[in-house]
Amino acid sequence: MILVLESGNLQSLFDTLISEKYQIIGPTLDNSALIYDEITNVDDLPVGYTDEQDGGRYRLVKSGGKKYFDYVVGQHTWKRYLYPPEKKLFELKRKGDGFEIVENKQEIHKRAFIGVRACEIEAIRIQDEILLEGPYKDADYERCRQNIFIVAVNCVRPGGTCFCVSMGTGPRATKGFDLAITEIVDNSGHYFLIESGTKAGEKIMKEIKGKEADQNAIETADRLMKEAENKMGRRLDTDDIKELLYRNFESSRWEVVAQRCLNCGNCTLVCPTCFCINIEDISGLEVNSAKRVRKWDSCFTLDHSYIYGGSVRTSAKARYRQWLTHKLASWIDQFGMSGCVGCGRCITWCPVGIDITEEVQAIRESEGKGKIMADKEE
Amino acid sequence: MARERKPKLAVWKFASCDGCQLSLLDCEDELLAVADKITIANFPEASRAVIKGPYDVSLVEGSITTPHDAERIHKVRRASKVLVTIGACATAGGIQALRNFSDVKDFVAIVYPSPEYIVTLNKSTPISDHVFVDYELRGCPINKYQLLEVVSAFLIGRKPIIPPYSVCMECKRKGNICVMVAHGTPCLGPVTQAGCGALCPSYNRGCYGCFGPKETPNTNSLAEWCKKLNVSRDDLTRFFRNFNAYADSFRKESEAHER
Repeated sequence: MILVLESGNLQSLFDTLISEKYQIIGPTLDNSALIYDEITNVDDLPVGYTDEQDGGRYRLVKSGGKKYFDYVVGQHTWKRYLYPPEKKLFELKRKGDGFEIVENKQEIHKRAFIGVRACEIEAIRIQDEILLEGPYKDADYERCRQNIFIVAVNCVRPGGTCFCVSMGTGPRATKGFDLAITEIVDNSGHYFLIESGTKAGEKIMKEIKGKEADQNAIETADRLMKEAENKMGRRLDTDDIKELLYRNFESSRWEVVAQRCLNCGNCTLVCPTCFCINIEDISGLEVNSAKRVRKWDSCFTLDHSYIYGGSVRTSAKARYRQWLTHKLASWIDQFGMSGCVGCGRCITWCPVGIDITEEVQAIRESEGKGKIMADKEE
Repeated sequence: MARERKPKLAVWKFASCDGCQLSLLDCEDELLAVADKITIANFPEASRAVIKGPYDVSLVEGSITTPHDAERIHKVRRASKVLVTIGACATAGGIQALRNFSDVKDFVAIVYPSPEYIVTLNKSTPISDHVFVDYELRGCPINKYQLLEVVSAFLIGRKPIIPPYSVCMECKRKGNICVMVAHGTPCLGPVTQAGCGALCPSYNRGCYGCFGPKETPNTNSLAEWCKKLNVSRDDLTRFFRNFNAYADSFRKESEAHER
C-alpha cells in the first residue's frame, strides 16, 4: 500500500505514533544546530532549513521553504539511542563476605525514529549484524534495539559530502524500515508519499489521514530520487577496494594524511557504524561499591591499541591507516560487508576536513602514476 | 579489612591562585568520605592544625618561580611518599609562564616601585622540572572528580582512570555540535586533553586548552586550519599561549607563529 499524505496532515503520523505509546526521536534544532532528540510535534522538525556540507564545514541555512526534511544527516547518529555514548552496565556492592551485582535495569522506551535516511538504515543493519548476530551478542544493544519503529525519509537532495550511491546504500530506502516517506513539493502541492515496509508500518498507515497514491505521485518520487543519485557531493570508487588498500599498506599517502590528521577521534564518534567501546571499572573512596561503565572509544587513541608494554599504533599514520583500512577493507573480511555507508559524516565533522573519498582516490591514483612512470622508464 | 592508620595527605602551594586546592574543598558531597578515609595532615586552606610529615600523598599546586620555592620543593619531595602535582601551574608553569617568553626584569621594573626587593627566577617552571613527580593531574583548574579519582586510586593502589585523549571525545559523547565545524569557531579541543567534560564547547565557545596538550597533539595541522578560519598570526600565537603556554607542544606552536 502506498499513500499520499498532504503536508498539513503530517501531524496525524506523529499523533498515531504517540497514541501507540512510542517516544518519537527525530531531527530538531538545538542552539541553531541539527540534532536527534525527542519531538512530539511536526513543528519541532527543522522546517524551512537546509544544510551546506563540505570537508570540516557544516552550516544550517534558513531556506525559507516549507519542507520538513530539506536537509540530510547532521552530526548525531541513531547509535546515540541504540548504543549510548556512556552507560553504566552494573554496580557491585559489598555484602557480608561477598558482593552482590546490581544490574542497570533502566527502562527503555518503545521508540519511533523519524527521518532515518537510507544510509542510516544500512548503518543500523550493520550494527545489528555485528552486535546481535555475531558471536558476541550485546545484551544492552538488544534491549535498546527492540521495539524501534523506523520512519525512513528518502533523500531527494543529497548533501555536499554524501556518497551513498557509491556505497550502494541510498538515496532510496529499500528495506529495514516500517514506513518510508518521500517529501514532494510540485505543482500539485506539498505532500508525502508513504509506503510501508512491515506489518507494524501498515498498522500505523491505516490510522493516518492519507489517501491512496496515484501513479503521478509515485512517478514524481521515482524521478526525484533518480535525479538525487546524480547530485551526490562525493564519489568513492569501490572497485577492488579491499585489495587496493591491502596492496597499499606502505603507501606514502598515509604519511601525507598523517600530517593533517589530529587523531582527535571525531570521525569515529560521528560514524554510524563504528562500535568501539571502552570499559571502565570505577571505584570511589568508598570501597564498598564499584561500577562498570561502557563508553564510546576510538581507534585514534593510544590506549585503544595498548597491550602489555605499550601501544601498538603510536603514530598518527598507523592510526589513520587502521581506521580507513578497517572501514573499507578488513571490515569485509571480518563481517562480509563494507563498514562504510557513504553518509559523509567523517568528512564534514573532521575538524580539518580530511576526506575519506579523497584519500582512497589519492591511493588509487598513486598506483596509476607509479605505473605510468614505470611505462616511461621502459 | 580494618586499616591500622589512616593515610596522611598534605597539600602544598607554590606560585598559583589556590583554585586547584580549593577543588578539594569543593568536593562538598564527597568531603566527609575523604575525611573519613584519610587524615588531612597539612592543608592550610582547610585547617590550621598541621601534623608533621612524612606524608603518604602530597598534592602540589603551583609552579616554581622563586629561588626559595626551588629549594622548598625538594623538602616537600623528601617528606612525601607519593607526590601528585595538580593544575596547569604545577604541570606546565601556568599562566605566569607567559613571562618565559619575555624578560622578567622588564615586568618587575614596570610593576614594582623598588624592583631591587624582588627576588624571582627568569622562568616559571613545572614541578617536574625540579623533582620526581609520581602523577600529574591537569587542568586550570583541575576537575574535582578527577582529583577524587587520583586520590582514591593511590589509596587503593590501582591506576587512576585519567584519559589522555582529546576533549573531542568527551564533547562528542556529550552530543555537543562541533563549534569549529558548525560555527567556524577556533577550538583547541582536538589537541587538548580531556577532563573538563568539554565545558566551553558545551556553551558554544571554543576550547581554551586548560587541560594542556593531549597525547600526540598535532598542533600544526590545527593551526593551519585556523588560518583558513581567518585567525591571524598574532591570534594564533595567543591561541596556544594560555594557561598551558609553556607545555612543550603549545609553546612550540605559539612560537612558530610569533613575529
